[in-house]
Amino acid sequence: MSAHDDTQHGHDDAHGHDDLGIHATFGGYMTGFVLAVILTIIPFWVVMAKVFEKSSSAAVVILGLAAVQIVVHMIYFLHMNTKSEGGWNMLALVFTIVLVLITLSGSIWIMYHLNDNMMPLMNPANLP
Amino acid sequence: MLPMAGAPTQPLEFHVTSETHPPNGTLLGFWVYLMSDCLVFACLFAAYGVLGRQFAGGPTAAEVLEIPTVALNTALLLLSSITYGFAVLEMQRDRQSPMLGWLVVTGLLGLGFLTIELREFAHLISIGAGPQRSAFLSSFFTLVGTHGLHVTTGILWMIVLIIQVLKKGLITANKRRLMCLSMFWHFLDVVWVGVFSFVYLMGVLP
Repeated sequence: MSAHDDTQHGHDDAHGHDDLGIHATFGGYMTGFVLAVILTIIPFWVVMAKVFEKSSSAAVVILGLAAVQIVVHMIYFLHMNTKSEGGWNMLALVFTIVLVLITLSGSIWIMYHLNDNMMPLMNPANLP
Repeated sequence: MLPMAGAPTQPLEFHVTSETHPPNGTLLGFWVYLMSDCLVFACLFAAYGVLGRQFAGGPTAAEVLEIPTVALNTALLLLSSITYGFAVLEMQRDRQSPMLGWLVVTGLLGLGFLTIELREFAHLISIGAGPQRSAFLSSFFTLVGTHGLHVTTGILWMIVLIIQVLKKGLITANKRRLMCLSMFWHFLDVVWVGVFSFVYLMGVLP
């Protein structure tokens, strides 16, 4: 298969950038995978074994571990760091995180209060 | 056309015919696309966050969501992430056949994920818990369905790439495409972390 690989390099090599700027390593992927497995098993165990009495403490653990796992995926699978692409993809990521946080927390916060302010008649449970 | 002495044999061009682009511009552009996709999912998550407890007298999340099924699905998607990682490693070593092998394994794991998800959807609809039943189920189907649609697209892309690599080999263009799909596929796993945590695990909490 690889014997005729050299003849197949087209004009894309004109810039001499066969290197895509990403150097994935087996160790990196395995570290990410093991961490992701651990960070997945704990929240499932928390829910399936009903570890916490209070739902709110379980929710905090689940969301916290999810946040950590997302960071693990970003670093080990998406090869995110402050140097790649001259820092531009980190800039895009930070901007996106800000927007995501505003969207999520803003929607949930405002709509939560909107529910509180609903007229009692709007609640189907109170309808005749 | 009047041939004149000293007339240029080539037509004059006053613009740059070749494209100027920084190296790896595609990967940065694709990353920006992923970030915009991230905003789409943020809106769907926000909608679910607002509507996820509005059961309208219908089935609750704890009644209809099955955690063991989700655990299996999560395992499949996480495994497909690492097998795609192995494909990237083989790509870096210019070993085409093992790379294609891992790509096929990744695609099959993705198909397994989709099958289980579609069976779950079919089951929900069959017990009368379809998207039209309540705000919770509408937002649930939209969020999880959009993720499933992305996985479907990823699998289609994978099939196209396998054909491209078979026809052209591991040329630079194909490597770039493989890296884009790698980002897409890992990004889908990131979104799934949000889905199983926020929708399934928190949904079934008492």
